[in-house]
Amino acid sequence: MIECRNIRVRYPRQARVALDGVSLDVARGAVTAVVGPNGSGKSTLVRALLGRAPLEDGRILIDGVDAGGLRRVDIARRVAVVTQREEPAFPITVREYVALGRLPHRGAWGRDTQANRAAVDDALRHAEVESYADRTIDALSGGEWQRARFARALAQGGEAFVADEPTTFLDVAHAMAVFELLGRVAREGRAVLLVSHDLNLVARFADHMTLLHEGRVAASGSVADVMRADVLERVYEWPLVVTRDPAVGSPALLPLRRARGAL
Amino acid sequence: MLAALLVAAVAAVVFGTIHIGVADAWQALVGGGDAVTRFVIRDLRLPRVVLAALLGAGLGISGAALQGVLRNPLAEPYLLGVSGGAAVGAVIAVSAGLAIALVPLAAFAGAVAAVVVALFVAHATRSRGDPRVLVMAGVVVGAFANAAIMLLLANSDANTVRNAVWWMMGSAANATWAQTAWLGAYVAAGGGLLVAMARTLDALALGDDSAAGLGVEVASASRLVYLTASLVAAATVAAAGLVGFVGLVVPHIARRLGASGHRALLLSSALVGATLVIAADLVARVALPPAELPLGAVTAVLGVPFFLATLRRMT
Repeated sequence: MIECRNIRVRYPRQARVALDGVSLDVARGAVTAVVGPNGSGKSTLVRALLGRAPLEDGRILIDGVDAGGLRRVDIARRVAVVTQREEPAFPITVREYVALGRLPHRGAWGRDTQANRAAVDDALRHAEVESYADRTIDALSGGEWQRARFARALAQGGEAFVADEPTTFLDVAHAMAVFELLGRVAREGRAVLLVSHDLNLVARFADHMTLLHEGRVAASGSVADVMRADVLERVYEWPLVVTRDPAVGSPALLPLRRARGAL
Repeated sequence: MLAALLVAAVAAVVFGTIHIGVADAWQALVGGGDAVTRFVIRDLRLPRVVLAALLGAGLGISGAALQGVLRNPLAEPYLLGVSGGAAVGAVIAVSAGLAIALVPLAAFAGAVAAVVVALFVAHATRSRGDPRVLVMAGVVVGAFANAAIMLLLANSDANTVRNAVWWMMGSAANATWAQTAWLGAYVAAGGGLLVAMARTLDALALGDDSAAGLGVEVASASRLVYLTASLVAAATVAAAGLVGFVGLVVPHIARRLGASGHRALLLSSALVGATLVIAADLVARVALPPAELPLGAVTAVLGVPFFLATLRRMT
């Protein structure tokens, strides 16, 4: 669905490349996770998908078509993005906010159609935000706001769904709910790209993982391929062990204390 | 809101230095009554009320659009150098001794020039329409314009200074139907375009990345909104000088009245703005008869306390 081919990104007036030769496939029906330390290029990858980071080299293909040749609105019809941060300047209702997801389909000038309204209702139900659809977005808790943002991306209705650090400010239950929703979206056939810090949660939900380090791919493959102590220790430069999640048996990372002998 | 607008408009037609009853005013309006009353109502008060309504509507819409696209609740139409540029144009025209009828044209040209310069400065930084850079560019152009006015006025005679200052304080006193008609055309065209772009504005108000994710060409859409909103503001400045605080205050009143989303916000800002400026112009006319208070000063006196209250609510 989304293919990154050897992409290199350098921000204007920056000597360092933010992404260097990164290749990545985001397939339909699966959760593809991108992980890595702070500053490894995860968010730049998302910005490149949005067309907001200049590609110095390489290509991004969406459904086999070079994204560079697509209009922004055509990309928006295919790929819905939940960015890391979003601070709306003025409060609108959750329903109005979710309805903005239909913008690429009806355009700025077009009239509202039955299909658009149905897609909005569907998204509200799917992301479980119906109960507070008429509240304004400045009156939501962190978890409610994140679900509203997912609802907007679902209303956008593309084949691909990108979420950048969707659980940063959420507690365990709300983070799990967000990951469950992403898993469900993937099982329904969409291509999900998940960018996250939370290696252990990612390990339980992702089908494929790509580990970025200083703008390059440090490891890529199945969860077991990437969640290896030697790989992660090198990238994060911190002593750690990889154990088994006691409940489901997926690999789980356990950072160690730096002091010798203190586990 | 419509009702409040109608009440304000009727009051503004009826009250004045010459007292005319509602019934007489209506008679004059439909062509009856004595000639003096008819002249006062149809050629003095009515164009003035319509001009005030258009000023308020234009500044309200312009302010609402700019606050949305700049994602800044303290943004207003004069922020991008519109007021400074217009004032420079007007002061040059006044001190060059141009016919008074040409002053609005000079003001309009000055305002457009200032906006173009501000956009050009922002563009030159390659910030791709970053709202913070645009605000800074506008402020800098405005400061430059103010300095230019000081220099121009420093060696002018008292008459020029008085004319220039009176113009900078804003007034709907010299309203004519012709003036009203072309301001109406600007407000209708610019306001219509902004209302049509309401959904794009909703998306832009979420932030650049989110708007881009929704398929909005952020840089060009932002530029179109800035330019349109500034042109509408420039047209109001050309018609009546600087009427401060309307563009800042009105969108906040409209939001408090429950306008959510830019379509509702732009439309109700037009109504609220029209009502406010009609009321302010009425106060300017009747507060200290037979003298007139400057309209810009009255709106600012109404606007400043509200501005401070909004500031308090934000912190």
